[in-house]
Amino acid sequence: MTVQEWAVEASGLTMRYGRRRAPVLDDCRLTVPAGSVCGLVGPNGAGKSTLLALAAGLLRPSSGELRVLGSVPPGARAEVAYVAQSKPLPSQLTVAAVLRLGAELNRSSGRWSSKAAESIAYEQGGLDPRERIRSLSGGQRTRVALALAFGKRARLMLLDEPMADLDPLARQKLMGALMAEASEHGTTIVMSSHVLPELEGTCDHLVLLGAGRVRLAGPVDELVSSHVLLTGAGSLDGQRVVEQRPAGRGATALVRRGDALPPGWEAVEPSLEEIVLAHLRTTGSTAPEEAAV
Amino acid sequence: MFAYRIDRRSGVATYVQIVQQTKQALRLGLLDVGDQLPTAREVVAATAINPNTVLKAYRELEREGLVEARRGQGTFVRQALGRADHNGLRTDLAAWASRARAEGLEREDALALAAAVLDEHFPQGHEGDAG
Repeated sequence: MTVQEWAVEASGLTMRYGRRRAPVLDDCRLTVPAGSVCGLVGPNGAGKSTLLALAAGLLRPSSGELRVLGSVPPGARAEVAYVAQSKPLPSQLTVAAVLRLGAELNRSSGRWSSKAAESIAYEQGGLDPRERIRSLSGGQRTRVALALAFGKRARLMLLDEPMADLDPLARQKLMGALMAEASEHGTTIVMSSHVLPELEGTCDHLVLLGAGRVRLAGPVDELVSSHVLLTGAGSLDGQRVVEQRPAGRGATALVRRGDALPPGWEAVEPSLEEIVLAHLRTTGSTAPEEAAV
Repeated sequence: MFAYRIDRRSGVATYVQIVQQTKQALRLGLLDVGDQLPTAREVVAATAINPNTVLKAYRELEREGLVEARRGQGTFVRQALGRADHNGLRTDLAAWASRARAEGLEREDALALAAAVLDEHFPQGHEGDAG
């Protein structure tokens, strides 16, 4: 097995559902380093789910290049786990039967771990193995889908809002399990989420999509250190202002850290959440940023 | 096993919280020379933080000479921090606390009293480097 630098690599990636409609993804260029925990954020309709489905190989791009674990999707299917927002599971089967099915379908890869799957499904306020899928709640179905994803022992996990319908205990358990997976096996995790504080402690890489384009992407610590939050009054000439808002007689502004800070402004390091929110608010009104920090 | 408590709203960087809690545990004797710190996997499974954060904290502790990473085994305590009980200070304090309790003081009363005495002997601004 060769070591790839990038788990996901896209350039010029464009996806449109129908010729006459605006593209959902428009000329996207992005990379997700192997072994990273990558948060995928953006407003509704930004193209997050489409990007994940393309990476999973469920959709084909209209144009552009996409490589996942070095292959054109779904070439690396056996090593990629994908959990969609809709959880298509056989409704008449029991939880235990679904996990057995997962084991059978993944037999050829030789990677399946019943222990990993059962830990997610059954431990800590988990499910009854005899319960049928059709009688489960949305959050419980999510748990089954995630159990399959963990059982697969994938090298790349693509998770579309995995936390959305989980209770706080299940969220904490799942996030812990994901981080343990990343720590122990170097698994690359790409997950979309709207819960920014949740991503702040867990993600080391971030991709921000807005209106089909990559607005911001890079390692979280670099994104944070490349921005500065200024409070004060006076001119911001020569600063690359992301967003500026009035504060009393002056203003607060999130700017790209340049060579020199403007005099008379107090500078603090912004949180990841502040950076993401500022870019989200200004999405559409500014030119897209380069993918690199 | 030693467990970290991560407060995401504290404003203190997560890796700093791990460093501080480890030092606190060393001071209190919850961790001693030769003890193993939890593995990165154990910490992240319990706290749901990014593994790199744990590794960064452990590197910092290693840089300060407090712990050492042994290849393939884990991270171990190398040096205890100035523990407060080596001259029987803790024993004296425990005797004081039990007397305070016997005389009917509430926990808050005892804390206020102790804080007042500490303020007399350790004036503010002369705390030195707490790290």
